[in-house]
Amino acid sequence: MSEDIEKPRLIVASSPHIVAPTTCREIMLWVVGALAPAAIWSMVAMGVPAIVTYAACIGSAVITEAAWNAIAKKPQSLSDCSAVVTGLLLAMCMPPMTPWWMSAIAGFIAIALGKMIFGGLGWNLFNPALVGRAFVVMSWAGVLSKLPNKGWFATLDVAGTKGLDAISGATRLAIASADRAAAGGYGYDLVAQYRPLLFKNLEGSLGEVSAALVILGGIVLIVKGIIDWRIPAGYIGAMGLLSWAFGSDPVFHVLAGGVLLGAFFMATDYVSSPMTKNGRLVYGIGCGVFNAVGRFFGPMPETTTFAILFMNGLAPLIDKAFVPRTFGWVKRDEE
Amino acid sequence: MPVVTVGEKVKRGQLLGSVDAPVSAPVHSPIDGEVTEVGTCLTAGGARVASVTVAPSAEQDFETFIPVERGDVRATVRAAGIVGMGGATFPASVKLTPPKDLEISSVILNGCECEPYLTCDHRLMLEEPERVLRGAHVIAETVGAKRIVVGVESNKPDAIESLRAVSSGDVEVMSLVTRYPQGAEKQLIWAVLGKEVPHGKLPAAAGALVHNVATAAAIADAVDAGKPLMERVVTVTGRVARPGNYRVLVGTLVSDLIEFVGGFVGEVSRVIAGGPMTGPALANLDVPITKGTSGIVALGPEECPPVMKGDQPCMRCGRCTEVCPMFLQPFQIGTLANQRLWDRAAPLHPLDCIECGACAYICPTRRPLLQLIRLAKAAEMAKGVKP
Repeated sequence: MSEDIEKPRLIVASSPHIVAPTTCREIMLWVVGALAPAAIWSMVAMGVPAIVTYAACIGSAVITEAAWNAIAKKPQSLSDCSAVVTGLLLAMCMPPMTPWWMSAIAGFIAIALGKMIFGGLGWNLFNPALVGRAFVVMSWAGVLSKLPNKGWFATLDVAGTKGLDAISGATRLAIASADRAAAGGYGYDLVAQYRPLLFKNLEGSLGEVSAALVILGGIVLIVKGIIDWRIPAGYIGAMGLLSWAFGSDPVFHVLAGGVLLGAFFMATDYVSSPMTKNGRLVYGIGCGVFNAVGRFFGPMPETTTFAILFMNGLAPLIDKAFVPRTFGWVKRDEE
Repeated sequence: MPVVTVGEKVKRGQLLGSVDAPVSAPVHSPIDGEVTEVGTCLTAGGARVASVTVAPSAEQDFETFIPVERGDVRATVRAAGIVGMGGATFPASVKLTPPKDLEISSVILNGCECEPYLTCDHRLMLEEPERVLRGAHVIAETVGAKRIVVGVESNKPDAIESLRAVSSGDVEVMSLVTRYPQGAEKQLIWAVLGKEVPHGKLPAAAGALVHNVATAAAIADAVDAGKPLMERVVTVTGRVARPGNYRVLVGTLVSDLIEFVGGFVGEVSRVIAGGPMTGPALANLDVPITKGTSGIVALGPEECPPVMKGDQPCMRCGRCTEVCPMFLQPFQIGTLANQRLWDRAAPLHPLDCIECGACAYICPTRRPLLQLIRLAKAAEMAKGVKP
């Protein structure tokens, strides 16, 4: 080599030498972006209590992760933005009037017991946000059920009910459930609920304010290739089909009770869902089946959280059942 | 073994070295000159091999050469030192001699550029489609195949057009989905014939024989003119002053080639022989271009992030399983390899990995998946398991 060419300092490494531009952080930010329209609309519709809930959940999730890493002397992992996603999702499955300290505890439990105790991102068995929510629901069921289920600016709006005006603040799902349980029913019009559930539903958790915006976010993630359509398709398909089979209105049951948030954003959590295409379809269907069965035959109608957590537990088994066949390992017995 | 001695005058095309082993190929001088050294040199991959250094004479005639003795096609191809030019450098004559009990029904020419950044096969198909197709016919006649297919990725419509313009109708030029690694042998056979080569079997088991388009062109030259393989098209690209495809004499030093294209531009952190997905990163630029060197790619720190240690979390997104052309579960093998759990990694077939690098490329948390799978492969090989 001639001396007038400057010799570069060469790095020797094994191939491949190039990497795809998509990083974990970018994926997490896309999830945040996809949730943003629904989250912002819920703040507008519900007001200050909603903002407090978001701040408490996200803040507590982020602080817990940072503190855990510091105490455990592990490298900081906040830059992957997964704690923000967990906090955001957690807030969206909480009622807006949740006391701030309860939201903060939920955020702490979600990150500490839902994620970090297993070893951090990638090692947890269950969806951290749902772990946080399940903990709060089980610990303070009485407090949560007595919450005025509305934001400050909300107006009383239980459209389509006859003789049920007294049950203010109950979710549409709870009313529908009571309606089914009552002899003869109250004549609660499920079809009349589509519109509020899609665009402005003030009775329920923050992620249920607008089903339309949740669907929009989900479609964005599917189109961007960030989530696999098989999970929401299996989930929503099974939920609708079973609701219909159990003699109720399938569209209402898909729109109500956080099913869409669960199907597009919770069940699709990479860490706690299966890895293979067929496995994901089975897992999605499983979520829908347990959600529907729980809703129609369980003690309470809000079963989305527990249906997904249950299927999270089965995900490793589903992965074992659907190990892809290695290329070339065809008809081994016939060889 | 070298067949020349120091001080000997050699002519272009003269035999420099030869081995009798069946899976080997002779080497010929690409220039007129004088042998200055018979010893060893380093290769791009880091191996030390026997070498002959020839100092060029002042006058060079690149039109003429000493032709090899022509016998039947296999003997000529062997004498001409032709090897797989896609990068594997497997002797072409051995491929032309498939097991007797297997019938080869299809000859497939690989016109899917093996890797990103490389365009040498693309240019060859554009500029010399006749040589490529002539080679295809020679190969098909030799092994008695009835069908000839050239597989080209759909992102090269001009190459498809160019080949179709000169094919006489007995060659199918097939447009294939553009995806990496479409040019891997088993994946190409699958794409063209819809048949999977069974695990541990030769492509001949699927009735197919695959040759790179450049190898086919070299075979045509050997059979028609007795021309030994002395030069090849090399893509020189990345951070160099004049990137492009160059016809390079085998044995040219990478450093000389870089100088010829105007040197590096900007900060260069890795120089890769071959493509950036599978090629080795050079520690030393004074290594020769060989018959299998399809490219020299100079990359900077922005294109090549540092290799991680393996303790980044796997977020279980499943992208690696989606891109693996062998349908393996790279994340799982990687996690087990990172924990040195070789026995649990073994049933996941690490030895079937073709080391295309797609898993490590796609991983959003930058886990060095291929590097970990290589560890699992090495552990299997150490147990005496054959791939």
